[in-house]
Amino acid sequence: MEIQSREEQDVTVVTVTGKMDALTAPDYQKTLHALIAEGRTDFVVDFEDLDYISSAGLREILSMAKVLKKKGGQVCFANVQGTVREVFEMSGFGTIFQMHDSVAAALAKAR
Amino acid sequence: MTCRAHIDNLDEVIGFVEARADRFGLDDKKKFGLLVAVEEAFVNICRYAYQGAEGEVTLACTGDPDGFAVEIVDQGISFDLLSLPDPDITAGILEREIGGLGVAFIRKLTDEVSYRRQGGQNILRMALHVPPGGAEA
Repeated sequence: MEIQSREEQDVTVVTVTGKMDALTAPDYQKTLHALIAEGRTDFVVDFEDLDYISSAGLREILSMAKVLKKKGGQVCFANVQGTVREVFEMSGFGTIFQMHDSVAAALAKAR
Repeated sequence: MTCRAHIDNLDEVIGFVEARADRFGLDDKKKFGLLVAVEEAFVNICRYAYQGAEGEVTLACTGDPDGFAVEIVDQGISFDLLSLPDPDITAGILEREIGGLGVAFIRKLTDEVSYRRQGGQNILRMALHVPPGGAEA
């Protein structure tokens, strides 16, 4: 799994590539914790190139969403597709997180 | 294949099942679902089966005209993963607990799942059916 982040005005766009499994999911938490420590509170996570996610990935996503919510921040998702989308919907994550068809659409809502 | 029940072996386990599923001709959608289910079962064994002690996990894949199956075997404490309830997936972000999602995935991403305790072993069998007409259908 690879994670990259960039700033789009006040929103941080985090791009996750590859597999988010029990081995790699902790890296997502580490990356977001570091960004939050820098004062970032609004995130768009782009899953266009994420091929795979298990409950270990969902655990980190939920735990970071909780941290952000307590700080008055937020996280939404873009390009959640294929098996990753199926896993999201199955977990009810589709109802607690906003999902958008593109990063641009997510940014338009996040601002 | 047999390996130590340690999460460091996850890639090897997933790679093993994926190669067998590819050779069988399981379609991608079913295969990715199965790989998630296998991860959930394997990680659960790594975390709980041997209660901190070392132990092994054995995986075996079988394919026949009806479908493709994976059996995951450990010699840890007697535990039926399938006895766990599905989690509440309607709570809000702050109230939501993640525990139990793994077993929900195992149930939903496989067509058939069963557990048996036999000869001091936990045996979890997960199967995917193939429609009449073969793996290509």
